[in-house]
Amino acid sequence: MLKIKNLHANIEGKEILKGIDLEVRPGEVHAIMGPNGSGKSTLASAIVGRDYVEITEGDILYMGESILEMPPEERALKGIFLSFQYPVEIPGVSMVNFLRAAINEQRKYRGLDPMSPSDFLKLMREKKKLVGIDSALTNRSVNEGFSGGEKKKNEIFQMAMLEPKLSILDETDSGLDIDALRVVAQGVNALKRPDSSTIVITHYQRLLNYIVPDFVHVLYKGRIIRSGGKELALELEEKGYDWLKEEYENSLNGAL
Amino acid sequence: MEKDQDKILREVTDSEYKYGFVSDIEMDMLPKGLNEDVIREISKRKEEPEYMLEFRLKAFRKWQEMEMPHWAHLQIPEIDFQDIIYYASPKKKEGPKSLDEVDPELLKTFEKLGIPLEEQERLAGVAVDAIVDSVSVKTTFQDTLAELGIIFCSISEAIHNHPDLVKKYLGSVVPYNDNYYAALNAAVFSDGSFCYIPKGVRSPMELSSYFRINAANTGQFERTLIIAEEDSYVSYLEGCTAPMRDENQLHAAVVEIIALENAEVKYSTVQNWYPGDKDGKGGIFNFVTKRGICKGDHSKISWTQVETGSAITWKYPSTILKGDHSTAEFYSVAVTNNFQQADTGTKMIHLGKHTKSTIVSKGISAGQSNNSYRGLVKVQKGALNARNFSQCDSLLIGDQCGAHTFPYLEVGNKTAVVEHEATTSKIGEDQIFYLNQRGISTEDAIGMIVNGYAREVLNQLPMEFAVEAQKLLQISLEGSVG
Ligand SMILES: Nc1ncnc2c1ncn2[C@@H]1O[C@H](COP(=O)(O)OP(=O)(O)OP(=O)(O)O)[C@@H](O)[C@H]1O
Ligand SMILES: [Mg+2]
Repeated sequence: MLKIKNLHANIEGKEILKGIDLEVRPGEVHAIMGPNGSGKSTLASAIVGRDYVEITEGDILYMGESILEMPPEERALKGIFLSFQYPVEIPGVSMVNFLRAAINEQRKYRGLDPMSPSDFLKLMREKKKLVGIDSALTNRSVNEGFSGGEKKKNEIFQMAMLEPKLSILDETDSGLDIDALRVVAQGVNALKRPDSSTIVITHYQRLLNYIVPDFVHVLYKGRIIRSGGKELALELEEKGYDWLKEEYENSLNGAL
Repeated sequence: MEKDQDKILREVTDSEYKYGFVSDIEMDMLPKGLNEDVIREISKRKEEPEYMLEFRLKAFRKWQEMEMPHWAHLQIPEIDFQDIIYYASPKKKEGPKSLDEVDPELLKTFEKLGIPLEEQERLAGVAVDAIVDSVSVKTTFQDTLAELGIIFCSISEAIHNHPDLVKKYLGSVVPYNDNYYAALNAAVFSDGSFCYIPKGVRSPMELSSYFRINAANTGQFERTLIIAEEDSYVSYLEGCTAPMRDENQLHAAVVEIIALENAEVKYSTVQNWYPGDKDGKGGIFNFVTKRGICKGDHSKISWTQVETGSAITWKYPSTILKGDHSTAEFYSVAVTNNFQQADTGTKMIHLGKHTKSTIVSKGISAGQSNNSYRGLVKVQKGALNARNFSQCDSLLIGDQCGAHTFPYLEVGNKTAVVEHEATTSKIGEDQIFYLNQRGISTEDAIGMIVNGYAREVLNQLPMEFAVEAQKLLQISLEGSVG
């Protein structure tokens, strides 16, 4: 599904990602953890093609194909979805218009006719229920005046509508209350298909109780310094990052 | 109401090509230049009654003493008024021979707007030898209105057939000596629309100059007069969304609206004259004077404009709130791209008691364009409890364009409440990317964001106009983000 090879990336001339290797196969859930500023969101941005992330070395393959030259909308149309850490507000653009445009772009890309308004509304109703989002929100402009948690919920609602192949959830759990976290996580699980994969970026074990990862990676200073099974997340929850950081710095010193 | 409109639409579309075609047209054009003889000749060729000639001459004499205004935030190249043809029968101009000769960019835009082929030819000014006889089309349309006593015809016809109304109201809101361009218009106006809604009548349909096909080429010095008698209502649509090619570089239109007691007039414009090319060459200079008077108590005038075209726009649709409890609104979206310049806004003159005005202006600038809002809110001493609310927003796309706001306030009494809000924002890379990430192209994303931004104004437009205007906003901004 996704293969990242020795990825180096700069932001404003400063190297943020320093050689990332990661493979995500169909059906897998990968968790990416790591201290603030370690490059988790940057990695997500690189995958979805934000232009301020400058790839200096390495490659990103999606479904066997390098996507470095592919415009972001095409990556999206091919099934890559990012639940943003900080979703933006788009005043005056209604959720309905926005989602209809998104869905119909996708259908066009697959050579299908636009969805009929009644089918669309039916789909909306169904997915709203799935992620527990209120109509009061979906009747408004995109994210305008939404609370932090509501924005996150709205991201997952969009994911439910678009049914991506590869979903990247960037700290979707932060800002959600306990009940919402459960509902949203259940929604994410319900959307899982054998051929779809998920990358969950999070700071907390709690989300991983619901969305159980096959692999957990720790990102630190632009490198993956440890990978493991779901137990790794529990260990981190208990011990924090210091022991890993130390190990890493020591290994660097040893190498010198 | 809906039904009537459908009926008329059907009548118009069905009958369009059924009637006679005109060919073999002789040239009918005056030489370049402007003097009293030219004015007399215009009036003569239009077979106008004496009173019109006098009106024109009076205006011309005044115009000669006037000077071009320079206060607007515009760079206007020198205009040689002696190098302009002031009378040319519209159908006789040299144009491209076929669509093959028309700018492919223009044709692409037509495609995007979904304009039928025949229409494309007309808009592009193709010299088709079979010209739709618009008089026939118009007649069907007029019959339906005539049953209600509504008069909707060209101003030339009104000058002949309704001299009392014309004499009473023409120049009563925009006097012949009002300003430089209004005086010029009064002297040489070619044609335009005349609308009269009798007492107690609600026009069952949107009156649109779009249907008056022959008006398409008379835009140079257009003159429109709308009179709404007591308790009447009309919604008038001017212009069309297709980019109009016009060889006339200078446009100076005048619109006058009179709303009597309890009457309501809604005037919507979509202006998309040729803006010039990407390098700022060519394009229409659009100097428009639009003014309405809420003459009677409880009357209402509402201006809505979507301005995307013209190289230079100088335009301030205004309302004089004379009647007590009268209401005026101004909703505007002005888009400038490439090297376009716009200086537009409104004037709200409060004379009556308890009068209320609302201004919502959304400027969108891209490329190297300049977009200014200029508005005056004036509350006279006697206008007790007058209210005004103004909201002026500017949206910048890219960092080479300019947005300016010039609000003027003259409040003559203490009971008035006047509020002004202004914002300037840049279109967000984050917003565009968010939409990209959902599979929406950058071009569509900008269209969406801009339409969202202008929604408050677009909502004021009649439904079918609003849909076209949305597409238009997007098309006007194409290529504005790399
Ligand atoms: N647009 C940007 N311009 C400049 N620097 C940036 C930009 N985006 C990220 N950075 C920098 O890149 C580094 C990595 O940031 P990133 O957002 O990827 O961290 P993160 O691991 O997602 O952190 P968090 O857990 O706080 O979300 C940080 O030092 C950050 O300041
Ligand atoms: Mg982050």
